[in-house]
Amino acid sequence: MLKVQDLTKRFGGFVAVDRVSFSLEQGEILGLIGPNGSGKSTTFNMIAGMLKPSAGTIMLEGREIGGLAPIEICHRGIGRTFQIPRPFRQLTILENVVTAAFFGQRGHVSRTKAHDHAEEALALVGLPTDPQAEVASLGAAGLKKLELARAIATQPKLLLADESLGGLDETEMNQAADMLDHIRREKNITIIWVEHIMGVLMRVVDRAIVLDHGEKIFEGLPREVAKDPKVIEIYLGTEKITFQEGVAT
Amino acid sequence: MDKRILAVLGIAALAAVPQFGLGNYHLHLLITVLIWGFVYTSWSVMGRFGMVSLGHGAFLGVGGYVVTMLWNSFGLTPWVGIPIAIVLSMTMALLVGYPCFRFRIVGHYFALVTLALGEVVRLTIVGLRDQTGGSLGMTVEGVPGGTSFLALQFGERATFFYLALIVWAAGLWVWRMVDRSMLRYALEASSEDEDAAASVGVNVTRAKLMITMLSAGMTTIGGALYAQYQMYINPETISGIGISLQIVFAVIAGGLFTQLGPTVGAMFTLLLAETLRVTFGHDIHGLDGTIYGLLLVLFIIYMPKGITGSIAAGLVRRRGAPGAAPAAATH
Repeated sequence: MLKVQDLTKRFGGFVAVDRVSFSLEQGEILGLIGPNGSGKSTTFNMIAGMLKPSAGTIMLEGREIGGLAPIEICHRGIGRTFQIPRPFRQLTILENVVTAAFFGQRGHVSRTKAHDHAEEALALVGLPTDPQAEVASLGAAGLKKLELARAIATQPKLLLADESLGGLDETEMNQAADMLDHIRREKNITIIWVEHIMGVLMRVVDRAIVLDHGEKIFEGLPREVAKDPKVIEIYLGTEKITFQEGVAT
Repeated sequence: MDKRILAVLGIAALAAVPQFGLGNYHLHLLITVLIWGFVYTSWSVMGRFGMVSLGHGAFLGVGGYVVTMLWNSFGLTPWVGIPIAIVLSMTMALLVGYPCFRFRIVGHYFALVTLALGEVVRLTIVGLRDQTGGSLGMTVEGVPGGTSFLALQFGERATFFYLALIVWAAGLWVWRMVDRSMLRYALEASSEDEDAAASVGVNVTRAKLMITMLSAGMTTIGGALYAQYQMYINPETISGIGISLQIVFAVIAGGLFTQLGPTVGAMFTLLLAETLRVTFGHDIHGLDGTIYGLLLVLFIIYMPKGITGSIAAGLVRRRGAPGAAPAAATH
């Protein structure tokens, strides 16, 4: 459903992303991983419309979306989260998600419908649907969930999850991973999950892509990632990576 | 009690006021509060979303001058003149607002752009001396007998009071409509984080333009009403930087985030101005401005929610803070 071909981003003479290609099937979860500075965020931002690609194409269901503005990307059916949660603090939790449910559909839904979509999204991530609940009552994990709920409420076909595990403890990480898996199954949403830590993510992704210095150095099944010598080298020098305890760089 | 009933009762009580044989002076104060309460409400419909305009005098000026000039020169009734002025103001808001919102001129920079807009309009009025009377101001040509519905002139003060009351109540109604609309969600989101708002599909530029044009249009009506009431306008009193700043001061003092805040701000500023006038007369020039400035600083530091906001917060505290309890942290 998504096809990225030779995607390139240059900042002056620096090539942040260098001819990266990959594609996604409907309902798949793709892990996009790599250490800091590997170009995964730049790739993410090009798909999300925050950055214009220098070259290459991004096709969503056969239509080019590269270079469209973020609002257009949203209306085409791509939802995104932010690495550092960016909630609307003047609004309640429910209002945050209703905003996404309403405007994500270009305002072409009734408020009742938007309300229903919002409550559904909140229930899916396990946040209260209480209309009075304030954003200020949420902790780090709660804010991450709100990011997800807001993105899901726009009724996307493709969800871009940016470092959904950052700042979480191990239990929360596992919950977050299960949640993404659950969302995919419930809503049949395709997901690109960007992360710089590998461990937990590998449990739920169908496929993984590893970037380093802007280039794709690995693409394959999650169980193969940890065995790949190039991946091991960028993450741990020469030591072998263990599956469950994947380490942050 | 149901808020709607309360509102109807409140307005009915106000409507009965002239029947109690209020003197002209007190009626004048009430009308002034209603007109300015409406103007401040018009400003606050956009100001509450962090879009601080320091140039709303521009829209007041268009309202006052366009309507008066059309009437004086062509005998065009204000009932037609006001819509023309509204269209002009909205066009102006669109021309200035679009580039601002498109290129994310926000906060202080937006305030500076609006400040310039106010000055441009004031200087235009001063510059077009032959048509506007320049700094000397302009008198609305009165109709014989003093009262004409077509001319929107009423010799009887009480009649004007009802007109001002209707316009003011309509202003509050618009405030409420905006408050309950999805536009509020879009604007709260945009004022907090434009990227995040766009990522969930909010058209930030359009939302901001809509509220700015609404606010400009309303303010224009306020300017026209002021001119019709005073029967005299002057670029300083209607379009100067002083009046633009007074709007901001009054709304912040009264309460930026409550429906009645701007009206309370109008009472507060009027009370202040009248007290100063009675106490000091016109001996100390610039005293009111100095005191406004000082109070504004104090309000921003100690009462950022203004008078109404602080009272509301106090009431919530006394009722045992129902707003603070719900939704335990959801980890």
